[in-house]
Amino acid sequence: MAFFWTVAALVVALAVVWRLLGAYMVSVYEGRCGWLGFLERPIYRLMGVNAETEQTWQRYGVSLTAFSGVVLLIGYGLLRLQGSLPLDPQHLGAVGPAVSFNTIVSFVTNTNWQAYSGETTMSYLSQMGTLALQNFLSAAVGMAVAVALIRGFSRKGSKTIGNFWVDLVRGTLYILAPIAVVAAVVFIAQGAVQTLAGPVTVSDAINRVTQVIPRGPVASQEAIKQLGTNGGGFFNANGADPFENPTGLTNFLSILLILSIPVALTYTFGKMVGSVRQGVAVLAAMTIIFGAWLAIATVAEHQPNPAVAAAGLTAQPAGNMEGKEVRFGDTTSALYGVASTQTSTGSADSAYDSYTPMGGFAMLSGMMLGEVSPGGVGSGLYTILLFAIVTVFIGGLMIGRTPEYLGKKIQAREVKLASLGVLVMPLSVLVLAGIAVAVPAGRAGPLNAGPHGFTEILYAFTSAANNNGSAFGGIAANTRFYEITTAVAMLLGRFGVIIPVLALAGSLAVKEYVAESVGTFRTDKAIFVGLLLGVVFIVGALTFFPAVSLGPIVEQLSHGKFF
Amino acid sequence: MRYQLVASLRRGIVVTVVFFVVLGLGYPLLVTAIGQTFFSRQTNGSLTGYGSTLIGQNWSSTPCPGHLPGTCVFQGRPDDLGPYAADPAKGVSGGDNPLVANGVPGGSGPTNLGPRSKTLVADTRKLIEYWKARGVNPTPDLVTTSGSGLDPDITPADAIAEVPMVSAATGISQAALEKLIAQQTVGRQLGFLGSGYVDVLKLNMALSKMR
Repeated sequence: MAFFWTVAALVVALAVVWRLLGAYMVSVYEGRCGWLGFLERPIYRLMGVNAETEQTWQRYGVSLTAFSGVVLLIGYGLLRLQGSLPLDPQHLGAVGPAVSFNTIVSFVTNTNWQAYSGETTMSYLSQMGTLALQNFLSAAVGMAVAVALIRGFSRKGSKTIGNFWVDLVRGTLYILAPIAVVAAVVFIAQGAVQTLAGPVTVSDAINRVTQVIPRGPVASQEAIKQLGTNGGGFFNANGADPFENPTGLTNFLSILLILSIPVALTYTFGKMVGSVRQGVAVLAAMTIIFGAWLAIATVAEHQPNPAVAAAGLTAQPAGNMEGKEVRFGDTTSALYGVASTQTSTGSADSAYDSYTPMGGFAMLSGMMLGEVSPGGVGSGLYTILLFAIVTVFIGGLMIGRTPEYLGKKIQAREVKLASLGVLVMPLSVLVLAGIAVAVPAGRAGPLNAGPHGFTEILYAFTSAANNNGSAFGGIAANTRFYEITTAVAMLLGRFGVIIPVLALAGSLAVKEYVAESVGTFRTDKAIFVGLLLGVVFIVGALTFFPAVSLGPIVEQLSHGKFF
Repeated sequence: MRYQLVASLRRGIVVTVVFFVVLGLGYPLLVTAIGQTFFSRQTNGSLTGYGSTLIGQNWSSTPCPGHLPGTCVFQGRPDDLGPYAADPAKGVSGGDNPLVANGVPGGSGPTNLGPRSKTLVADTRKLIEYWKARGVNPTPDLVTTSGSGLDPDITPADAIAEVPMVSAATGISQAALEKLIAQQTVGRQLGFLGSGYVDVLKLNMALSKMR
């Protein structure tokens, strides 16, 4: 019953966020919001950017790529030089070259895959100035790309799709920063730590025990890690660590923050293309997938853990508690997991590796559908719009008519770009996972034996190529092989999709509107939602079913066997 | 195009430096200042004179004259990881672990053992024996490790399962201990968020006053 109320409260809160934040984001990206102009204008002046000038998709793409390259290099340098920089109270020293490369790629691509353990690797300066900073910037880049694509639909006969620098600065200053400050204070009030004073040693006179307790600027990182669907924890245990996620309320707030921007962007989308109903249709498809996967995950995690039952404890009324925290419980942990894996967040308040086979399947397959339900900040919207283009194309094939979406003719070029964007992720996952199981360095990775070990490998590349960042944590991600291969997957999964999306935005913006006729396939109706869901499921199932059946499905079916 | 690229790189550097100052440093410092001003206890780690109420401790080695170690206090879930873990060389012991259920080094974190892991079956068997030897009929939470390895809480049912052990070692009646657990039980937040729990450190602080 408590779980029902949790979901109900989440739905109500998201409905409010959808309407208010969605409308606010329209005003931000259309430049009608100016309350932080005193900060915004000097930044443009320093950069030498005229906020009124717009860019073609090529220039937008060059700016985005150049910016990403710059932050990659600066971030890499800061991690490598960590030992010589201030704010390192634990004297952790420099971060190794391969880990630094993997980490900075991971944070710049909004993945936040962590090949390192936070409290024993990263200084406070690295956590704040490199990792948390990238949480803001990579999220703002994702939103900028989504807004550029929306402009492709909402404009006609236009050569330009906006200005990357303006979208980047506005998204960061007006949307991410204010919400993060408020959320961080709530986290602190609940018990998340926020100090630069370093670890503390405490002695307990009751049990004669001395503990060294790591601390740090945790709450500030926690707020933006969830809001920007980044997911990289300050501590190794991520959202399960009581200093990151101390109470049931912060757990709920985490889920809400994760879903806020991706959900609200569907309102922004609808409003900017002139029909909120179009946004509702996309949101409906997202919600149906989310709801179905939530049902699978909660039912699965409410089952007993097979290994604990085999050891003699068959009665497990609270479900599978291996790898879960008492203050969250089984179903709320599963809800957090679904929110985190169906966006590009990848944070965790429990150990996905210890989930029941079908619970783990729900986490893995949620990412395999392309992270469109609702997906990462920006990336969720632009990916589902790629699927929408494929959908109207297939709809058009059925009746032999040139497809249209939002008044724009969808022609060969658009369909090619959308297909490319949709196929980059599965291709990266399957090829890299195939390589990993074929070479000894890859097979050395998993902690668990049997099908679960294969799932750990498959999960790693699915997570990396979807820019999710969650893990079946048993895998030894800190080996040279996985550091390089997951970085490749993250770069492909990010920029291999962003570039086609920008090209698509440019090609759509130039087009004129076609008048709606009786033959037009209405994309704000249930039948479109159904067809869109069909396309998402068919693409996901056709590409991944063979791989998944070797992992969680075999594991689920092997009753009574242990590996 | 070449001019474009150079201009973009220059703008990228400028905006990164600006945001490094504003968001990389300014934002966490602002949040730290607000936290230290209004919530100084939470900001610094919810520390009491006996440790942090948010971070689990090792109760299984607590000296109990005339009885097995750890039987005169309530124990938490079996976690023993990372910097919180026992380290005899440094004279540091932590985690709330009766047994080392796993050996993952390097920080907070779970065991990551899968649902069909032979290791997990064997570890769970050892934990069940551990509790049985202390007269406790263990609940699932008492033989499974948490997501953080630092879980400071147990459920009221877990605490009640430990009552016979604590009662035998302290001489406090079972009814009095059950009353204590009821007093220390924290319900769901707002009535529906998360799960109800007992904070083991707070429970043991209250218990030490009864002795």
